[in-house]
Amino acid sequence: MPTLWLFLIVLGVAAAGYVLGRGRALQSVEGDNRKLHSLPSYYGSNVLIKVVVPAFLLMIAWLLIQPIVVGNTISGMIPDRSVDNKGSLGLVMAEVRRTAEGLDNAIAQGLMDEDFVNNARADLADVTQRLKDAGQIVTSEVTQPILNAAQRYRVMNATGNLMMTIAVLVLAVLGALWGLRESHGDFRARNTVEKSIRALLIGAASIAILTTIGIILSLVFNTIEFFRLYPASDFFFGTNWAPSFSGRGGSSDLGVLPLLWGTFYISIVALAVAVPIGLFAAIYLSEYASPKVRSVAKPLLEVLAGIPTIVYGLFALLTVGPLLLKVFGDDGLGIMQAGTAVMTAGLVMGIMLIPFVSSLSDDIINAVPQSMRDGSYGLGATQSETIRQVVLPAALPGIVGAILLAASRAIGETMIVVLGAGAAARLSLNPFEAMTTVTAKIVSQLTGDADFASPEALVAFALGMTLFVITLGLNVFALYIVRKYREQYE
Amino acid sequence: MYDTPNTERAVDQKDIKFSAKGVQVYYGDTHAIKDVDVALEDKTVTAFIGPSGCGKSTFLRCLNRMNDTIDICRVEGDILLDGEDIYDKKVDPVQLRAKVGMVFQKPNPFPKSIYDNIAYGPRIHGMAKNKADLDEIVERALRRGAIWDEVKDRLQAPGTGLSGGQQQRLCIARAVATEPEVLLMDEPCSALDPIATAQVEELIDELRTQYSVVIVTHSMQQAARVSQKTAFFHLGNLVEFGETGKIFTNPEDPRTESYITGRIG
Repeated sequence: MPTLWLFLIVLGVAAAGYVLGRGRALQSVEGDNRKLHSLPSYYGSNVLIKVVVPAFLLMIAWLLIQPIVVGNTISGMIPDRSVDNKGSLGLVMAEVRRTAEGLDNAIAQGLMDEDFVNNARADLADVTQRLKDAGQIVTSEVTQPILNAAQRYRVMNATGNLMMTIAVLVLAVLGALWGLRESHGDFRARNTVEKSIRALLIGAASIAILTTIGIILSLVFNTIEFFRLYPASDFFFGTNWAPSFSGRGGSSDLGVLPLLWGTFYISIVALAVAVPIGLFAAIYLSEYASPKVRSVAKPLLEVLAGIPTIVYGLFALLTVGPLLLKVFGDDGLGIMQAGTAVMTAGLVMGIMLIPFVSSLSDDIINAVPQSMRDGSYGLGATQSETIRQVVLPAALPGIVGAILLAASRAIGETMIVVLGAGAAARLSLNPFEAMTTVTAKIVSQLTGDADFASPEALVAFALGMTLFVITLGLNVFALYIVRKYREQYE
Repeated sequence: MYDTPNTERAVDQKDIKFSAKGVQVYYGDTHAIKDVDVALEDKTVTAFIGPSGCGKSTFLRCLNRMNDTIDICRVEGDILLDGEDIYDKKVDPVQLRAKVGMVFQKPNPFPKSIYDNIAYGPRIHGMAKNKADLDEIVERALRRGAIWDEVKDRLQAPGTGLSGGQQQRLCIARAVATEPEVLLMDEPCSALDPIATAQVEELIDELRTQYSVVIVTHSMQQAARVSQKTAFFHLGNLVEFGETGKIFTNPEDPRTESYITGRIG
């Protein structure tokens, strides 16, 4: 039985359990709601939870464990000789699975029947031919061990699925019975449901945290692996970035400094664009604009945040780059060689960050109590004096937090850099030269044909780790400042 | 016959600082102040009393045009300060507020040092020639705010770190530092404990020698203690205005009597 059907049946049992549980609870108090400990729907939900949770947990666990168990058994069946022929056990197993799938599909098409498929002494050439006729991909002649393994694979999976169906259904029914037994007027269904909801929320939170930990661990281990192949001092202090994809190891220069410099240079240009414009826009929107203007302008500004970064990248490549080239290129000032440059990427990234800075700063400026402004106006200050000397200083820590968040966004940006800044890793002060950033290089290191065990590919993890530490530091710093800000007007 | 010489004498003794004629205030469609006529004297403490929502704070905020910051608020009628219409087009509300200082219900020190809180107004208005001058202004304001002794050793500490009563006295000192002619106080003691309240009341009494003070209060005892004149507002109308002693002992209007004896409000 397909898993989907099993899923739907369990849901059906749960729905029935809900109705029955609710009805039973009402029945136990002769239909008088007020004598129930909880609202009737809580009794229903209690049964529903007791059906769904154990059944689905078992189903998930089974679906995860069954392939491992089957795989181990099958790989034990395969003689070493066939493994040697194919080069690795993984390839043989892939072939077994493919053959098993082919047999399944052939049956579905009516070209074979169950007996033929399960015949251990079947003629190999015949099987191969029939599989080919059925349009199934069979790389070569199906050999005896592989056919046997595939047959065994099918049988084991079939029994496994059947057992899972039975076990899950039994568990669902047991859960329903358990919940129904409890459904009488005195049972504290409300408290039970409350506990389940708490468990659900804890589960969601732990998944998020565990995933983060998993990602960090994978970064750390791969980084360690990289430093085993490539000296850390060369990575951190090397001023040359020249990975070689031809040979393995030795010939590559993997110094991170040009990439870090590119990252910071582009980010600084971006922030130099985004911070003043965003901040002034925020001040206008929160202090000067009438409610009508604000209600139109703020969403419009926030539309900028909804544009995918690849579109900004196109904008950089096709509009801003050529425009800058016209002014600073050979026809103009002659200091720009090509459209892709730090300036191009920085300007476009700055535009992307404007809504970040303005939206966050706007909220923070609005959070400054009106009494501060009243106090200042009451002393005969003008609006801009009030903003400059009272509102902004009060909001400053929060604004700095917003800017730091924008900065970590700028440091992590990839698409605009790939399209706008070029791919040359370079240590230069000229903002009209092409440079590249850490993120753009991670992409180019991993999209090639490089072996994943080579330092040229593993360096991506070290770069990712470096970036992660930098943005984490910035975020922690931003949070620290925002927290300090909260104490301001206590 | 009896009243006429009496008012004349009062006018002789004290100049009229503020005079309002036919003042109407609207918040959108709500008519918040209805046809108020009042004359506030110089070097006098005038108390505005009345139940919540009766318009006393609104009227107070008309006197230094703080209502300008509220978009939907509309003021009609004449309010004259020293004979000049403060709602005239020629009058700069910013200049007006420098002359008519204000202290608010909740202490609202700026998130700056104590010194900078006081120096804020004088700096904006260019009142000090140099640092020493500014130091002197700050010290004088803090002394007048009766808080100098408590903060003189920590002028660079943040103003927000003071206690509630100290913060309110700091705000009064801040208002005094710009040398206003009139000081408006909107329930300045509502967030304070009895001791801090007593200190602030004492301070108001001292300020009377130099400024005219208008105070909005919910406490009738406070009005009786600190003011010489009292105005009773009810539902947007100025019901009665006169000597504090007379209002509290022998009110003319039955509504005033009901409020003072606790029957309305």
